[in-house]
Amino acid sequence: MKIPAISNVAPQQLTTHQPATHQLADAGLRLNARPIDYALLAVYFAVVLGIGALARRSVSSSLDFFLSGRSLPAWLTGLAFISANLGAVEIFGMTANGAQFGVPTFHYYWIGAIPAMVFLGLVMMPFYYGSKVRSVPEFLLRRFGRFAHLVNGLSFAVAQVLIAGVNLYALATVVNLLLGWPLWVSIVAAAVIVLAYTTLGGLSAAVYNEVMQFFVIVAMLVPLTLVGLHKVGGWHGLTDRIKATNNDAAAQLHSWPGSNLTGIENAALSVIGIVFGLGFVLSFGYWTTNFAEVQRALAARNTSAARRTPLIGAYPKALIALVIVIPGMLAAVLSPELAAYKASDGTLKNGVTYNNAIELLIRDLLPTGMLGVAITGLLAAFMAGMAANVSSFNTVFTYDLWQAYVVKDRPDAYYLRVGRTVTVLGCAIAIGTAFIASGYNNIMDYLQTLFSFFNAPLFATFILGMFWKRTTPMAGGVGLIVGTAAAVTVDQLNRHHVLHMSGQGPSFVAASAAFVLDITVSVVVSLVTEPKPDRELAGLVWSLTPRQTHREALAPEDSGWYRNPVLLGVGALVLATVLNVLFW
Amino acid sequence: MFDLRWILAMLFTLYGTVLTVLGAAFTTDLDLARAGGVNVNLWVGIGMLIGAALFGTWAGLRPLRLPERSGTEQAEQGPTEQGPTPS
Repeated sequence: MKIPAISNVAPQQLTTHQPATHQLADAGLRLNARPIDYALLAVYFAVVLGIGALARRSVSSSLDFFLSGRSLPAWLTGLAFISANLGAVEIFGMTANGAQFGVPTFHYYWIGAIPAMVFLGLVMMPFYYGSKVRSVPEFLLRRFGRFAHLVNGLSFAVAQVLIAGVNLYALATVVNLLLGWPLWVSIVAAAVIVLAYTTLGGLSAAVYNEVMQFFVIVAMLVPLTLVGLHKVGGWHGLTDRIKATNNDAAAQLHSWPGSNLTGIENAALSVIGIVFGLGFVLSFGYWTTNFAEVQRALAARNTSAARRTPLIGAYPKALIALVIVIPGMLAAVLSPELAAYKASDGTLKNGVTYNNAIELLIRDLLPTGMLGVAITGLLAAFMAGMAANVSSFNTVFTYDLWQAYVVKDRPDAYYLRVGRTVTVLGCAIAIGTAFIASGYNNIMDYLQTLFSFFNAPLFATFILGMFWKRTTPMAGGVGLIVGTAAAVTVDQLNRHHVLHMSGQGPSFVAASAAFVLDITVSVVVSLVTEPKPDRELAGLVWSLTPRQTHREALAPEDSGWYRNPVLLGVGALVLATVLNVLFW
Repeated sequence: MFDLRWILAMLFTLYGTVLTVLGAAFTTDLDLARAGGVNVNLWVGIGMLIGAALFGTWAGLRPLRLPERSGTEQAEQGPTEQGPTPS
């Protein structure tokens, strides 16, 4: 579950690689990997482990381990910010969406991610970084007190460790499919590698590896897109093929109103669904409150670098959409199996689904050598996703649960040891989860959906708490619980056919209900309970934070007009708008 | 601290060299046909070598400076190490 919107709405899930499906697909999808491909893969993982060992030398306190000592430059944290999200579910899920829906898939990026990342950098980051909190739950503790803190700390820790297991299982199914290794071998091997470098080097090792993974993924996706486009006769060749084989080609080639993506017939409602449901509630909730993301920005070396982290990330995020969605569209016309599957409207049982889009393209286009780079990129993406889960889990567990409620007031070295131990435990639980997932696909699928509901109410509570100083501690806790319960209720009603919604409708409605109810309940509760005194809220609430505390003396490497956060943020929005207009 | 840019430069030099050699000397007609006539390994290999050179140039021109831990930074870090509620 990297982007909530994909994990609970896309009709095709990564975890739908049913055991039965891969037996059918085994022969068809197996890649013809040669020794040289394996050698390229081995080199990569040697470097990954080497980085872990090197990063260990800079870890001498718990802050070094969990937040890289707040010392990283913005370009590193910015790339790690998007790379932590560029995992398996993103790459497989979004190429799958591209293959099925076409151009409307771009909304996940240009309407969803980019505005949310700009909002995080410009509006919210000064509070996160400026208040010196070490995690998102810790911000809740400072703003709302223990009730909200405990609710969020527990739900986040449980969610991350289980999602790490989902990532692990997803990796194992893909390795099994592509290379034929048994599931348990890939599960244990991947977990051990992630464990090794995150335990040694902490967040620094995770961040460095995420950045390296980003470039390897780009080195795989860009050639794949260019070669695919060349083969099909350029963009016009692609659109001609789509028009020739699809009745709804117009919907697949224009981003608005995106009715095929939302499942909402009415054009106006579909646009509202995309802008409010996907764009505002789901994406803002995910990008601005998910600690696995925010943690990368907190590792930056000063407020300026922290604010620039999501802003710098926004540019590659906007562009990488092109080399993720277009390959999906290419696979649906270039691969005969996938084309047949799509022509049958997803009913044909020929061993492939939209999920296999990128695997089919890799298999059909790339020669030995480039194949090794592609396999490396895919495995690196899975492992970086899992490492992001593990490195945010150990931070929240150590600081927000263990230090805050269980064993307080020990020397820092003690919490560093706890952090390392918890990393081991987290990986062990993730392995367990992965094995459970291999037996009960639907349970994991359902868990992903469930956890994605935590973000929408969290965003509502944050916004209210940051901009309305009257919001009380009680309102923070109650709002979160009611909001989450609302999302779960809508989901349950739909699953049991009390409500009748299809496509993406349910998740948009669930998230929107969570957001609206959270705000309503929080306002009502705030009006009848005691707020915190103003002096405790300085730096946590917009109106009580002097503007100059957001500015600070900048080192030469963080000054310069082109590093101005507002300029970078506006630039990212302009880029997203231009791309949106190009694909209108 | 070490500089990730040098590691990226080295990784892509290695990958780029391997792919360029594979592309220049070991490309089969089947490989070409699959990619619509493009020598994928050769072009990607060259691209990677250029990328590696760019990383190397960047790291060479703007070397990493050791972060200076000034007195104010130490003071700022003080409260965060004591516990979650410094207020």
